[in-house]
Amino acid sequence: MEPVVEIKDLDLGYDDLVVMRGLSFSVKKSEIFVVMGGSGCGKSTLLKAMIGLNPPRKGEVLYDGASLWGVDEKERYDIMRRFGVLYQGGALWSSLTLSENVALPLQLYSNLSSQQVRDMALFKLGLVGLDGYADFYPAELSGGMKKRAGLARAIALDPDIIFFDEPSAGLDPLNAKMLDDLILELRDNLGATIIIVTHELASIFAVGDNAILLDSDTKTAIAQGAPKDLLANSKDPRVIKFLTRGEKQGVE
Amino acid sequence: MKIMQSEKLAFDYSKPGILQLKLSGDWNFSSGLPSVDEVFTQLDPRPDISSIGFIVSQDFKWDSAFIAFLFKLNNIAKQKNIQISVQGFPPQIEKLLKFAPPQAEQVISQKTIDEPFLDMIGVHFIAARDATLSVLDFIGDIALTFKRFAGGGVFFRKDDFLVIVQKCGVDALTLVSLISLLVGMILAFIGAIQLKMFGAQIYIADIVGISMVRVMGAVMTAILMAGRTGASFAAELGIMQANEEIDALRTLGVSPVEFLVMPRVLALVIMMPLLTIYADLMGILGGFIISTGFLGLNPVEYINHTTAAVRLSNFSVGLIHSFVFGIIIAVAGCYRGMQCKRNSSGVGEATTSAVVTAITAIVIATAVITFVCQVIGV
Repeated sequence: MEPVVEIKDLDLGYDDLVVMRGLSFSVKKSEIFVVMGGSGCGKSTLLKAMIGLNPPRKGEVLYDGASLWGVDEKERYDIMRRFGVLYQGGALWSSLTLSENVALPLQLYSNLSSQQVRDMALFKLGLVGLDGYADFYPAELSGGMKKRAGLARAIALDPDIIFFDEPSAGLDPLNAKMLDDLILELRDNLGATIIIVTHELASIFAVGDNAILLDSDTKTAIAQGAPKDLLANSKDPRVIKFLTRGEKQGVE
Repeated sequence: MKIMQSEKLAFDYSKPGILQLKLSGDWNFSSGLPSVDEVFTQLDPRPDISSIGFIVSQDFKWDSAFIAFLFKLNNIAKQKNIQISVQGFPPQIEKLLKFAPPQAEQVISQKTIDEPFLDMIGVHFIAARDATLSVLDFIGDIALTFKRFAGGGVFFRKDDFLVIVQKCGVDALTLVSLISLLVGMILAFIGAIQLKMFGAQIYIADIVGISMVRVMGAVMTAILMAGRTGASFAAELGIMQANEEIDALRTLGVSPVEFLVMPRVLALVIMMPLLTIYADLMGILGGFIISTGFLGLNPVEYINHTTAAVRLSNFSVGLIHSFVFGIIIAVAGCYRGMQCKRNSSGVGEATTSAVVTAITAIVIATAVITFVCQVIGV
């Protein structure tokens, strides 16, 4: 199967600071791909390069063969229309209700009537388990509900690819599990390709089909494969240490 | 019988008791789709219909907009006891329909509850009373903090204080210069039009000097500082409130009034009189430029008239104004910032209301001080 996303020889950084060098991997259609690594290793920097917020220093981010950073701004926005992004804190617009948050992308990019936009927004909120909360403002919600509402907004336009930035961060175990289940359901029911940036091991093993482990010391990817296979077969002590929370040190 | 409705949707009644919807073309959000009401308008004159089915053409394409359409159709049909059969659709559509939960009752947000009129009056009255008490409490807190400050028992960062002094003093000089100079010029022009009729243009110096030193210098500086520094205080403290930084201070046992509010009030109370004196001089300079440059008055005569007209009492009244305005702007900015809601719109509201509160209070204070000065003959 042709990859949907390809990262080729990517260098990332800010000004003089190099965060990551020579990063390459690919993601297949309807795969749940996890970018994992410790705090400060460059996961979020990679995500920003993949969703069109910050350009890489070198290399290419390809979606179905089309380069995100090798085209003009208008074409880049066309590619970005295929994305849905769930930001770490939900990033909901605080002056809008949940249904208005979800409706905004539909108002911008659809030809539906205002009633149909509202129906769509309610439907999407229903998909993430927030039916009944359409007229709530973000400030009235718990952290888990905010993330689910952010997800409803991310899937408003039926994106091919959904990005999650630390989806379980700050959630209690039950809400984190609920969000993991939701990610699996979205993949199974919408057929979306999902890319998750996280260091939460429970989520990595629960949902990840494939993963890459970034390392801040070498500024490269030090492992790639299915998380369970990496845990079972990797000989690299850094990989074993990360995947077992340091309980097993591996062979030095 | 078949009734064509649109290119995408047609109705087929060939089977007794069943309305068959013939779907064709693109049913997605980029091309738009028919309203669910179109289907139910067909059912109104036909009570015999007990079921809705679908016939899907080869060119039928869909996305989740169609699922939302089906979802709504299903919910309304249930209420009308009409069966919906989704047989013949791609399996993914059936899967998505099952994934979507049954339509729930809308939970009512606290912000959308409509209250009876009398209740609203009561709520507003109680809110106004609470707000007044809260402002008095805040002012009392600041007063007690200053009392402790006089005894040397207050914890705040001296560096922060100096930065605030710089921001609300030196950094404001350019704007104060420009506005005061222009106000002095405007006063001179307006005075000239009237005084020329009596051949008394030299009294422009008196008008500009007294009005700038006594009120205008202080008021114009205060309005500038309310928009500039008062708004900045509200935004800074508002963002700190939203980011839980103020909570973090409280949990450390540090009073936010002591650590954040007092340095700001102190800085502005010190800087406002200095800025006002500067604004007075700039205003007089503006009047001097117009009078000597455009109206042909003698420069020495102008300066002599100004020094003779502006007395110490005028200067003192101006300083009292500026001192009071400094307190008003700092307290309004800090109070609105501390009361800020924990979201981005809250910060905007806090900033706006800090400026509005300060300017309203400045005008009221000016009226009160002017009245008191009139009564006591200053």
